[in-house]
Amino acid sequence: MSVKMILIPGRSSKQGTSLNVGKLKDEYKEVTSTLEMNTDEMAKMGLVDGDKVRLSNETGETTVTCIGKKPEDLPDGMVFIPYGPPSSELMASDTAGCGMPLSKHMEVDIEKIST
Amino acid sequence: MTENTKIIENATCTFCGCVCDDMILTVDLDEKKIIKSKNACVLGRAWFAEHTIEEDAPAAMIDGKEVSIEEAIEEAAQTLTKAKFPITYGLSDTTCEAQRQAVAITDRIKGNIDTTTSVCHGPSGLAFQGVGESTSTLGEVKNRADLVIYWGGNPAESHPRHFGRYAVTPKGMFTPRGKKDRTVVLVDVRKTKSSPVADILIRPKPGKDFEVLWALRALVKGKKLSDDIEERTGVPLAVLQDLSDRMKNCRFGVLFFGMGLTMTRGRHFNSGALLALATDLNEFTHFVAKPVRGHGNVTGADNVVSWQTGYPFGVNFSRGYPRFNPGEFTTVDTLANAHADAAMIIASDPASNFPKKAIQHLKSIPIVVLDTKCTETSKDAHVAFRTSTYGINTTGTVYRMDDVPITLRPAFESPFPDDETILKGINKRVNELMLAKHYASGASGEVKVAAPV
Repeated sequence: MSVKMILIPGRSSKQGTSLNVGKLKDEYKEVTSTLEMNTDEMAKMGLVDGDKVRLSNETGETTVTCIGKKPEDLPDGMVFIPYGPPSSELMASDTAGCGMPLSKHMEVDIEKIST
Repeated sequence: MTENTKIIENATCTFCGCVCDDMILTVDLDEKKIIKSKNACVLGRAWFAEHTIEEDAPAAMIDGKEVSIEEAIEEAAQTLTKAKFPITYGLSDTTCEAQRQAVAITDRIKGNIDTTTSVCHGPSGLAFQGVGESTSTLGEVKNRADLVIYWGGNPAESHPRHFGRYAVTPKGMFTPRGKKDRTVVLVDVRKTKSSPVADILIRPKPGKDFEVLWALRALVKGKKLSDDIEERTGVPLAVLQDLSDRMKNCRFGVLFFGMGLTMTRGRHFNSGALLALATDLNEFTHFVAKPVRGHGNVTGADNVVSWQTGYPFGVNFSRGYPRFNPGEFTTVDTLANAHADAAMIIASDPASNFPKKAIQHLKSIPIVVLDTKCTETSKDAHVAFRTSTYGINTTGTVYRMDDVPITLRPAFESPFPDDETILKGINKRVNELMLAKHYASGASGEVKVAAPV
């Protein structure tokens, strides 16, 4: 079962400190592969902290680890990820004539990966 | 830690656009690293601590094999002059002096120059041209602002000292009690680490920033809004009316805005709506709007490219004079449309955060990279230079996000050359090659070519 949600990639403190260590290092890869979802939505999808999910849209797909956030912090239907190579996989290249691809507010399908 | 240390006072952190110039660095000269960075935020501490010298790393490589710097400069110049549509990109994490060389090279090779602005506040740059900018320095904000609004950003994680040094808690000339003399409003679709600082937190529905800004413009002008505004935007009418009243009645208001506006649907229209709101408010009080800029010297990149070409980013020299056309000459477009046939990437990592299609094309063309560390982009470089870090190993000029220039005080020497030195070398060689090409094409007579900058 997949669920459609809005993905917001953005800066986080950990992403900022780990990129100083090195973008090819494990720490940066881990930070940019960790998706935040509210715990109510996670429960509906049968997810617990640390589960893998597949994000996909017309542009591409990527697999990330899911962790929970309080529902009052992150609304239903919205997920957050520190930006990096996994979020790039889902970013379309159309810039609507202004040079900027749609880098936040990307509609994605989210699916639990069975282990 | 050895005993051979020195203290650098008033050093500058160039990680983010705050460009805080009150760092007190303790440098271990034997280990060649910064062991303490007093006054730095969490991002600044990581910036200083992690930029150490990797002695074993080659200063220059061609196709992954170590070469001399001279050989790499020759290959870079050959690669760029042979290309039909060479692009230069990045520039936000280097000095203005290096940026100036990059513009000169691109001009010489009739290439295309763009900076990380195009995937940051580029849409705001378009809005500035269309709407104008009611602006100020961060010093004025600190001393005068009694209403501070953050829209579409999370400074607590992206610019951690913005609150404490410039806009929320510092005591200023007309704000002697610091935060007690200010009202802070945060507008964001999600609750973030910045939320606790806000007196008023407004959470619109995702993708409804333009509508909320336009509704505020109407209220400021005294128009009535329909009752369904909450249903459309997620923000109750009473909250909008209260904010409108506060904005009109403050003494000095400021709207700081971030990627939440420029990277979502509406892009430059969102920034334009916010800038227009600030302009409208000047009929009632003093109100300014400032983008919260990202990388250390991205504001310098806008300034240097503007001085030298007349435009801030997305500039093409293929006809021998600068042309500005975002959507065509911006780097995501030159790559995704497969126009570029060679790239010089300076202090940036597009292979890590560009759209997939653009990355695929970038990886199919020869790349010249200047960077302080290995990145996804430098991994695939045809020519790669390892350069020293600005502000840590080299001096130069950077611009704070409010267009205030600051001179850097380096902490210790690096065995690697700085970006400006490498780019000067490429510029000189490119100039020679372009002249030779000119004469080989049968041209005669005196050719006026400006001396390298």
